[in-house]
Amino acid sequence: MATLEIRDLHVTVEADNATKEILKGVDLTVKQGETHAIMGPNGSGKSTLAYSLAGHPKYTITEGTVTLDGEDVLEMSVDERARAGLFLAMQYPVEVPGVSVSNFLRTSATAIRGEAPKLRTWIKEVKEAMQNLNMDPSFAERNVNEGFSGGEKKRHEILQLELLKPKIAILDETDSGLDVDALRVVSEGVNRVRETGEVGTLLITHYTRILRYIKPDQVHVFAGGRIAESGGPELADKLEAEGYEAYTKGGVSA
Amino acid sequence: MAEAQNIPVGSTTAGQIAVAAESTVATRMSAPPSFDVADFPVPHGREEEWRFTPLERLRGLHDGTAVATGTGVKVDVQAPEGVTVETVGRDDARIGKAGTPVDRIAAQAFSAFEKAGVITVPKETVLTEPIRVAVHGEGGIAYGHQVVELGAFAEAVVVIDHTGDAVLAANVDYVLGDGAKLTVISVQDWDDKAVHVGQHNALIGRDATFKSFVVTFGGDLVRLHPRVAYAGPGGEAELFGLYFTDAGQHQEHRLLVDHNTPHCKSNVAYKGALQGEDAHAVWIGDVLIEAKAEGTDTYEMNRNLVLTDGARVDSVPNLEIETGEIVGAGHASATGRFDDEQLFYLMARGIPADEARRLVVRGFFAELVQQIGVDDIEERLLVKIDEELEASV
Repeated sequence: MATLEIRDLHVTVEADNATKEILKGVDLTVKQGETHAIMGPNGSGKSTLAYSLAGHPKYTITEGTVTLDGEDVLEMSVDERARAGLFLAMQYPVEVPGVSVSNFLRTSATAIRGEAPKLRTWIKEVKEAMQNLNMDPSFAERNVNEGFSGGEKKRHEILQLELLKPKIAILDETDSGLDVDALRVVSEGVNRVRETGEVGTLLITHYTRILRYIKPDQVHVFAGGRIAESGGPELADKLEAEGYEAYTKGGVSA
Repeated sequence: MAEAQNIPVGSTTAGQIAVAAESTVATRMSAPPSFDVADFPVPHGREEEWRFTPLERLRGLHDGTAVATGTGVKVDVQAPEGVTVETVGRDDARIGKAGTPVDRIAAQAFSAFEKAGVITVPKETVLTEPIRVAVHGEGGIAYGHQVVELGAFAEAVVVIDHTGDAVLAANVDYVLGDGAKLTVISVQDWDDKAVHVGQHNALIGRDATFKSFVVTFGGDLVRLHPRVAYAGPGGEAELFGLYFTDAGQHQEHRLLVDHNTPHCKSNVAYKGALQGEDAHAVWIGDVLIEAKAEGTDTYEMNRNLVLTDGARVDSVPNLEIETGEIVGAGHASATGRFDDEQLFYLMARGIPADEARRLVVRGFFAELVQQIGVDDIEERLLVKIDEELEASV
């Protein structure tokens, strides 16, 4: 069973000619089949965690370890991490001019699966996945993220999640900027992948709203660059009622 | 209605902004068109038409010091049956019919060439195989002139393939009879040190169709003037270009479409990729719609993809409209960057870095490459694009 283990992770970023520590010792274990919600106020380091795990060059790991099934993730390049089974659904996916969605998806699936998917079954697979996300077939001919609305970008991220079938999926604020209908469609997509039991999900969010659609096994409150409290789904209800003030003002954050 | 409208737009990267001067196509040239080099002053580099070009790298083509050597370029023409291929003297009446040199080097080439090549496709002759003109640089200095003439309703594809090393100034005339269809693919696949300057004039007959691909990969300095004018109504011109500018290369394409006749169409689309320190691409797109050219339909576009830091693009579309009685006129210019975030996004989906780059650049050029219609050239271009990308890693 696939397991992502994060131990004492410290991460810095260069900003305004100064080195700033954003993550200050994160410990977390995510197993295949589990869903963990990471909740926290703006600036608590949630997205830094997501991008550090995916290997974004902006972030420097200064301490700690990350392993996937015992393999050292931090030693891997960005593409190696993806091929090892890590997937990051991005909050702000970038435009890639000149590359069509269909070409992108096929190139990506070929890289992840280690061989080109058979054309006939692939076309069917993509078509079904797009239908499930209420995406028009013409979408495949557009350039990656170019001129996409906020909702289209997020659907496109979840489409990739469904097609690439990672071991561990990190969803970075996938719910932000979505109206209720889009949130439902996107959540259904995430749930289809979760129901296979083959993915461990790290759901990063600012709001409790998405947890009505995607039920987490565990909820972690992120504050001051580390996990301040962990609990079951009831912790989300407490946050809904009381907000993050207890964590931001209570001296938990450094 | 007769008032000239001038719409300058600038688009560059690396913090450089180029904006066309408030002038017209005619007034911003330093001298009126002429076949005689003596009619043009030696450029000093600040003139509108020279300001982007590094004169010191022209190897004397611009100031009269470049003297033709015996071994300049070797030209080999392969043509299917029915085509006449000739080498003629300077006084042949068919030379220079499609246009007049607009700058000193084009005039220098016209004043200095000794023999011209003339390829004629007789009227109503429809070729099924391309005419291939191989221009191979032998390391010397050369001046040349080539004429391609299609009779009425003739159809042909011409590939002009430049390879090797040379300092070459050469002009080309394309003369299309009524209803003729000509596709020209000019490939500049020079060695690293080559210098190539020239003016390509097309004169499009009534209801004739001219399609041109200018493909520039090689050379130290390439500066071409593809120009189009119409000899009768109903003519159509499609001017496509692809360039891949590497570290230290200067590749300049200066286009003019002169809508001098009513009811003609033109469509210009040039795309370039740049990489490496001091890679410099220049694109000037002048479209002139004269007062008498009612019913004109024109669009021009230039897109640049900057793959690394240190490259520079100067892109200047310029549309002058002297009549409002037209179908359409538009232009667009955009320069974008293949940046680290795009690379991260593609790699985060398992795609290795070199493949990510290739995906983006191939995708960028694909729409133009696919329209060439000559298989071996299309394949060679894709291979070339891959080679350029591999060299950069």
